[in-house]
Amino acid sequence: MDDNRVRTDVLVTADLELVEVNKTYQTRRGTVEALKDVNLSIGRGEFISLVGRSGCGKTTLLRILSGLLPPSSGSVRAGEQSIWKGANRDDEALKRFGMVFQDANLFPWFTVAENIALPLKLRGTGKKARTARAVELCRQVGLSGFEGAYPRELSGGMRQRAAIARALSYRPSILLMDEPFGALDALTRDKMNLELQAIHAAAGATVVFVTHSITEAVFLADRVVLLTPRPGRLRSITSVSLPRPRSLETQSSAQFQDIVRELRIQLDEET
Amino acid sequence: MGDSRLNRLLPWISSPILLVLFVAAWQLIVSVGGVSRFILPAPADVGDSLVTMFSDDAIWGHIRVTLVEVVVGFAIAVVLGTALGAILGRMIWLERAVQPAMVAFQVVPKIALVPIFVILFGYGITSKIVITVILAFFPIMLNVLLGVRSVDLGHRDVMRGLGASRWQTFRDLELPSTLPYVFAGSEVGIVFAVIGAIVGEYLGANEGLGFLVVSSLNALDAPALYAVIVLLAVLGSVLFLAVSLTKRFVIPWHESVAKQ
Repeated sequence: MDDNRVRTDVLVTADLELVEVNKTYQTRRGTVEALKDVNLSIGRGEFISLVGRSGCGKTTLLRILSGLLPPSSGSVRAGEQSIWKGANRDDEALKRFGMVFQDANLFPWFTVAENIALPLKLRGTGKKARTARAVELCRQVGLSGFEGAYPRELSGGMRQRAAIARALSYRPSILLMDEPFGALDALTRDKMNLELQAIHAAAGATVVFVTHSITEAVFLADRVVLLTPRPGRLRSITSVSLPRPRSLETQSSAQFQDIVRELRIQLDEET
Repeated sequence: MGDSRLNRLLPWISSPILLVLFVAAWQLIVSVGGVSRFILPAPADVGDSLVTMFSDDAIWGHIRVTLVEVVVGFAIAVVLGTALGAILGRMIWLERAVQPAMVAFQVVPKIALVPIFVILFGYGITSKIVITVILAFFPIMLNVLLGVRSVDLGHRDVMRGLGASRWQTFRDLELPSTLPYVFAGSEVGIVFAVIGAIVGEYLGANEGLGFLVVSSLNALDAPALYAVIVLLAVLGSVLFLAVSLTKRFVIPWHESVAKQ
């Protein structure tokens, strides 16, 4: 059933495509299959949430997508380009990608503006243009007035906003996010989810969002991809057709809760 | 706000008070304890001795010699320590290979080697610089080695994900992330450098503050001896402060520099 859907998606506009992706690790106890036969096709501008228990391979999948970890076999394509040629990655293809990690990973020696503009600096953009873009992004993510602050002067939520702004600085068409709000308190998290929705709508980028919160996954996504561990493989793909923009009230709607319940049942089945 | 300002000013108020208390206690021991002036001179006598010392221009020559030994030796130690620390930090096999030799050299009390350097390099300034380098080198190198290994993996992921070149990764990540360790090593190193220069002068020199200590001792001139020690304390403090201020200037972003 899933296979059929994957094929129809390919025919439409696949922005990001995983075909028969496998990842195995060698450990002292033997071979661990972190990912097995993963097929997934993601359309342009689509918001995909990856959910699953710890160790289901969702972070591994995202690291393969972002060029940090080579797959053992299979292919990963962004548009026409393959990201991985064996264990070698294609830096050119990766220029379309932005990555946000669980930790903000801001550089403490750079100010907020310098951190946000770092990708532009690496690409050789002039200082003036860089600063202008950083100021613009600070406004967009609600960090105006903190351009000259050092990361240690920011709260956890503000750091994560800066990290998102850094990932957006070069206008990537694909945004990969690895539990970016995992370390935030519930209230801040709700707020960041709303802002991320707005950013996604404005930037029109394709987003792959890893989380272990089912509600967060459903709230944000066009499709929720559920992974199961040992070996890590796709369990199901659930479309979320709730209208956008979604508000916190959306979470109390019957449709929202039905989807969450269904996913929770699927997650429980595996144990 | 007022509290934090008071907090920042506190050391500037407390330090002079502590100094006055120290001198008062000293004076008390001398006048009440009846200690011989040849053993413990009164603070005023030491003050007089300082004034006499500075009435003769020769003192500046001695200060300059010691200062040159410390600064030159320390500078060489910073360069060597940083370079070797960076190389050993990156080449794990090399560090493993030389580690036993390094530990062996480290556990040798290096002060015991001073006479050997005096024999090798003579009574002049060179032998003291060599001693200074050797004493200041280790804390700097060990800190840099640790620093190079401590570059945050998450930060590395950011740079790799952005496709940063080797040089960009060095300039924007490895160098700034290692600098705090260079300074941590340097703050220990400058203290060791002063010790190295003085001990070198104790054992074989004809100029410098360490030489003045020994010649005052030989002349049984206790006030002069104390006066030179005061000078050495001031010299050491000024040098440490210089390193500390440089750190504040170069890595203002670091926690160790952050205002309380």
